[in-house]
Amino acid sequence: MAGSGTAHMRPDADPVLSVDQMVVEFPVGRRQVVHAVSGMNIDLLPGETLGILGESGCGKSSAGRAIMQEPSPTKGSVRLQGTELTGLRSADLRRKRARMQMIMQDPVSSLNPRRKVHALVAEGLKIWGFDGDDLDTAIRETLVAVGLDPDAVWDRRPHELSGGQCQRVCIARALMMNPDVLICDEPVSALDVSVQAQILNLLERTKQNYDLSMIFIAHDVSVVKNISDRVMVLYLGKTCEVLPSNDMHVRAVHPYSRTLIASIPGGEEIASTDDPVVGDLAAEKPQSAGVTELPSPLNPPSGCRFRTRCPLATDLCAAEEPELREIATGHFVACHHVAVDGAGPAAAAGAAAAGADPASPGDPAVGVA
Amino acid sequence: MNANNDLVLEVNDLRTTFLTPRGPVGAVDGVSMSLRAGETLGIVGESGSGKSVLGRTVMGLIADNPTTRVSGEVRIGGHDVHAITPRERRRLWGPEVAMVFQDPMTSLNPVKKVGTHITEALRLHLKLDKAEAHARAVELLRQVFIPEAERRMRQYPHELSGGMRQRVVIAMALACDPKLLIADEPTTALDVTVQKQILDLLATLAAERNMATILISHDLGAVEGRTDRVAVMYAGRTVETSRTSRVFHAPEHPYAEALLASIPRLDDDPHTVLRAIEGTPPNLLNPPVGCRFAPRCRFTVDRCRTEDPALRELGDATGATHLAACHFPLVASGDRAAESSAGEPANAAATASPTQEVN
Repeated sequence: MAGSGTAHMRPDADPVLSVDQMVVEFPVGRRQVVHAVSGMNIDLLPGETLGILGESGCGKSSAGRAIMQEPSPTKGSVRLQGTELTGLRSADLRRKRARMQMIMQDPVSSLNPRRKVHALVAEGLKIWGFDGDDLDTAIRETLVAVGLDPDAVWDRRPHELSGGQCQRVCIARALMMNPDVLICDEPVSALDVSVQAQILNLLERTKQNYDLSMIFIAHDVSVVKNISDRVMVLYLGKTCEVLPSNDMHVRAVHPYSRTLIASIPGGEEIASTDDPVVGDLAAEKPQSAGVTELPSPLNPPSGCRFRTRCPLATDLCAAEEPELREIATGHFVACHHVAVDGAGPAAAAGAAAAGADPASPGDPAVGVA
Repeated sequence: MNANNDLVLEVNDLRTTFLTPRGPVGAVDGVSMSLRAGETLGIVGESGSGKSVLGRTVMGLIADNPTTRVSGEVRIGGHDVHAITPRERRRLWGPEVAMVFQDPMTSLNPVKKVGTHITEALRLHLKLDKAEAHARAVELLRQVFIPEAERRMRQYPHELSGGMRQRVVIAMALACDPKLLIADEPTTALDVTVQKQILDLLATLAAERNMATILISHDLGAVEGRTDRVAVMYAGRTVETSRTSRVFHAPEHPYAEALLASIPRLDDDPHTVLRAIEGTPPNLLNPPVGCRFAPRCRFTVDRCRTEDPALRELGDATGATHLAACHFPLVASGDRAAESSAGEPANAAATASPTQEVN
């Protein structure tokens, strides 16, 4: 089985970006391979923001870059407005990919320190042959759109700007290409809280004004919830859960999603509801959780990749990889231990779920080497 | 208040000024605070607010030298950290005060084994012999919940994950049983699930040892549940300090209030517009006249631009100290849209005694 399933895909919709069975692997000597992303499926509808949530090492940045074809994914397909991007020659790729732009985490290091703001913002359009007064007008309009005063910043270099201002320049650079899809990889995690709010508001406003679809990659649950319509939780390159952002902090049921939510300050109260999954997790001692860290992506665990840290793990989790199943409208979970409302699609999973609630979290290390 | 014996730390009017080629930068500008055994103080603020420089100056890592001016008083264990010789200061590091830094990758020596990092301090400060130091180091690694402590002693820092390395740094800091631990952004470089483990660990260890802790962080959430008191810093100064729950639920200073309001909250609906603080913190080479937050404050009036507000007592329902540096504090003046429950009869217009002392 290549991936964690495709139940969350919306075949009837007309996505602006679709990612099918994408695999990203990096060879690391001695025929070992880092499994960064293992079978990811995404359909991004026009005007939608998809949040990708996970810890470092879960493959969220690799996924973002593979969608941008930097580098291309090892396997699978990425289609932007119906055009397949993988396998294109670089000249074709640059032409086709212009409608998709990326914003990186560290705004200061992603700008050339020797160039001035106007040249940085103009770069994309210049490559395509634009020049002259029209270009200057476009730069001014875009700088205003991202909340910078063109006259004040025109001739400045990145080191003369604050981190927040640099991130605004990065957003302006992306907007100059008039993109349809914006991929933001941790765009606010290098910024201070007060500036973070400015940039989040700006991204939200920009999305409306420029009719963008967005993929927003971050590790912060509150930030992802704020900006997204739909959230995908990633763990070790696999999709754990896909759900609407609305009330996601109470609705999320995958044990990993619950762990993430319980880790954020103030998340403990939310996590300790009478939900059996959550209750079991809350009962976990922080000390015992302390020794369970992310397994190596060189050799990911069999079956469910979260089982080595999961308080609900059983033999089934080691033997069989859970598929994404719909448990409520638009809410998909890949876990053997989450009960499906009504008739469950997978009989084995249904049986496992029935036995899951009384099963104590006492044997979290089932089958772990 | 000054003659209190169980005070672990006393800081009076501390100023750290860097003499840069472009002029003096007052990174810490008149901060006072004190800490009792077992107490936890959170210092929050944005980058550039002076919180890390404050931590390092308190520790004595930043001291008076040709490019740095330090004035004021830092008393740890009966010594004024900045009046004693560097040699005497080094003797305080370990048994009296220890520090945990932000980045566990760079605060460990890559060519020394984990064990050496910890036994070094034990042998130097506690004069333990090799075997005793080794046994004690293993014990310390167990206390910070590092599995297979014996084996880890022989490993190099690069063989450990970030969370494990930060545990080693904490074990190093705790080796000589300090009375005061300064943790400067101890979890910023770590993953969310690991962050919680490390913060919980610090809280547990501090409680077990009745150790005073200063937790410096830009992450307001990390500070909220784990500190007794909190000081909010802006542009080198303390703008508000009180019981943690009071600052978080009924802040007096508009900066503290705006900072709290700018964080996205989990129980907000998606796409809620955040209340960002417009503008940027002031350039400390040329700080604004009057209140330093005035250029970004929603409530600024003329007085804020001319007169520098002193840090003054505003009163707290529990009788605890609550200091804020604002001419028109949000709750105490009662005429602003903030929580009105803890309204002490402090009048905003009345110029209260400009006390600079914190608790």
